[in-house]
Amino acid sequence: MNTTKTFKANKPKKIYFFGTCLIDLFYPEAGISAIELIEREGVDVIFPQQQTCCGQAPFNSGYSQEAIDVAAMQIELLSEPIPVVVPSGSCASMMKHHYPALFSNHPMCEKAVELSTRVYELTEFLSRVLNVVLVDRGKPVKVTMHTSCSARREMGVTEDGLSLLKQLSQVDVCEPERASECCGFGGTFAIKQPEISAAMAEDKCQAIIQTGASQLVSGDCGCLMNLSGMMEKNNQGIRSAHLAEFLLKRTQTTD
Amino acid sequence: MKNHFREQAVEALADPSIRDNFRGAMDFLRDKRQAAFPNNDELAELRSLGHQIKANTLSRLPDLLEQLEENCTKNGIHVHWAETPEQACEIIHSVIKQHDGKLAVKGKSMVSEEISLNHYLEAQGIEALESDMGEYIVQLANETPSHIIMPAIHKNKDQIAHLFEDKIEDVKYTESVDELIGTGRRILREKFFEADIGLSGVNFAVAETGTLCLVENEGNGRMCTTVPPVHIAITGIEKVVEKLSDIPPLLSLLTRSATGQNISTYFNMISSPRKTDEKDGPKEVHLVLLDNGRSRMFQDETLQQTLRCIRCGACMNHCPVYSRIGGHAYGTVYPGPIGQVVMPQIEGLDKQGEMTEGCSLNGACGEVCPVEIPLPSLIRKLREQKAALPSRGRKEAIAWTVWKGIYGTPFLYKCFTYAATRFRHVSPKSIGSWTDYRVAPKPAPKTLHELIRERKND
Repeated sequence: MNTTKTFKANKPKKIYFFGTCLIDLFYPEAGISAIELIEREGVDVIFPQQQTCCGQAPFNSGYSQEAIDVAAMQIELLSEPIPVVVPSGSCASMMKHHYPALFSNHPMCEKAVELSTRVYELTEFLSRVLNVVLVDRGKPVKVTMHTSCSARREMGVTEDGLSLLKQLSQVDVCEPERASECCGFGGTFAIKQPEISAAMAEDKCQAIIQTGASQLVSGDCGCLMNLSGMMEKNNQGIRSAHLAEFLLKRTQTTD
Repeated sequence: MKNHFREQAVEALADPSIRDNFRGAMDFLRDKRQAAFPNNDELAELRSLGHQIKANTLSRLPDLLEQLEENCTKNGIHVHWAETPEQACEIIHSVIKQHDGKLAVKGKSMVSEEISLNHYLEAQGIEALESDMGEYIVQLANETPSHIIMPAIHKNKDQIAHLFEDKIEDVKYTESVDELIGTGRRILREKFFEADIGLSGVNFAVAETGTLCLVENEGNGRMCTTVPPVHIAITGIEKVVEKLSDIPPLLSLLTRSATGQNISTYFNMISSPRKTDEKDGPKEVHLVLLDNGRSRMFQDETLQQTLRCIRCGACMNHCPVYSRIGGHAYGTVYPGPIGQVVMPQIEGLDKQGEMTEGCSLNGACGEVCPVEIPLPSLIRKLREQKAALPSRGRKEAIAWTVWKGIYGTPFLYKCFTYAATRFRHVSPKSIGSWTDYRVAPKPAPKTLHELIRERKND
């Protein structure tokens, strides 16, 4: 399953950054933070301005042709043989694990497979490829992390996110109960089955609040939108941020 | 009639006893399974072996079924083929009629649920009594199983205590589990001796030896298959395996995945009716092999993987949707992830397509499946087939066409995101069902695309 080429031997000079449509419109700070985390390790970041979306939502809804049409454009935009870093477990997994199957009967099959070997989820890239060392400059804080199902089960990067957080000396990381259970987002699932989705999100929010953490972080903005949206509606004040944004803020020197 | 999954799910969510009973039971079963597989490498190896065994079987399914028939027949087991549930019911009824049977005791069998055997026999004046304790409870309550291996898991002991008090003569209300089980045992024990027919399912049918394997914990399966003079076993054609040596790994996967047991209390291997020098066992053994859509599943290379299933129930135990709505909300014989894959294939997407939407594609089911069925991929594949039907939702089809128009045209995408960010203060506060439970997400003042362009220009 794991077909990732290792760029470990020599740190890449440059990478593609695939920002994801959700970050583009709702969480651009997460994208900028991720880019800064990568750039400060001496890696150039290329952001093709024509990029839009990986196509995961229609793919999961059974609308494969629509997914293929949009995905094909992204594949063409990311054609140089350099790593593609994605600040989302689910979008990274779409490109890494689902593109090859989605394009299996398509003229672009080979390109899709080739691309899939270069795709990295952000925390995976930071911890395994760049081996980043983080120096915590923030005040003591209790944090809880939610790992998306795609990040956990398809990308296998749960430990990468946690290990980055655990490098921060003043951060107390606490795991919510039933950490591996889905938060109920599931993309269009939240729209099509709102009641079940909400029941799942309610349980997840409760588990998060029970940790006593004042900050929720996640490597996936879909889950964050779901969880923070519900906690805000219920006036359960707990800050939430994409992991990249949190890591950057904690490690920046204030001038 | 179309199955309205969402309405049923909403009803189930509103019932706190369903939420509590399932949550508690699923947590328990998840922990038990995890404890039964302490070594991840060994688990991975075993799952891969289980996958291989079942995949090899499927690659030779027609041959193995013929071999099974041949060897069962040699052993004195009568083999019958049923394409539809109706045919299966008729076959079973005709065997019972030959023996002038009035009472059949049943071991647990989901295939018998699939063909609605109890109702069929009842209409013919034959009593079919469930002897698995969970099934007995469900039958007493006039319900259907809510889980494929724990049929009465939706009930707690108080509810069962009330049920026994109401439905069984001379039984007083007690919440003592031992007493409740004792009542069931006492009643069933007599019935085993009265019964003319024993009915059971089959977990594995070994082609090489013509052996029917039955996994159970209560001993009722052994009673049903040995005490009455006639034993009728019913199973789906996918339960065949090639050889006896396939059984140990599959059995180990089955019991550990299902209940976290290293082995079930009983494991029955039935190879023939009673022989002349034997003191017990039925005089006649029949095997009914049911197709009911399985050979159609077999035709599709991807969906064929459905047939690897050994019916352990681990997928539903780990499903966050099933854990919250329970099995009845699916409105089908097989609930949970495997049900969402099996039922639309058996009964058609027009009728059962909606249940494929009751899945967040979180992957917990696929992760635990002992034979590595990629359940999320199969659910996605069925959604794809559903989206190609004339009956597909028009609104959704239009939405994806519009989506493609925008996200497939970088210029339009730029215009769309520009407008969304510039008019963020008037972005809708209510966006359908999302905002019934959450606040609406608000677009950022500028998109990531813009922020990066500005950075470059600095």
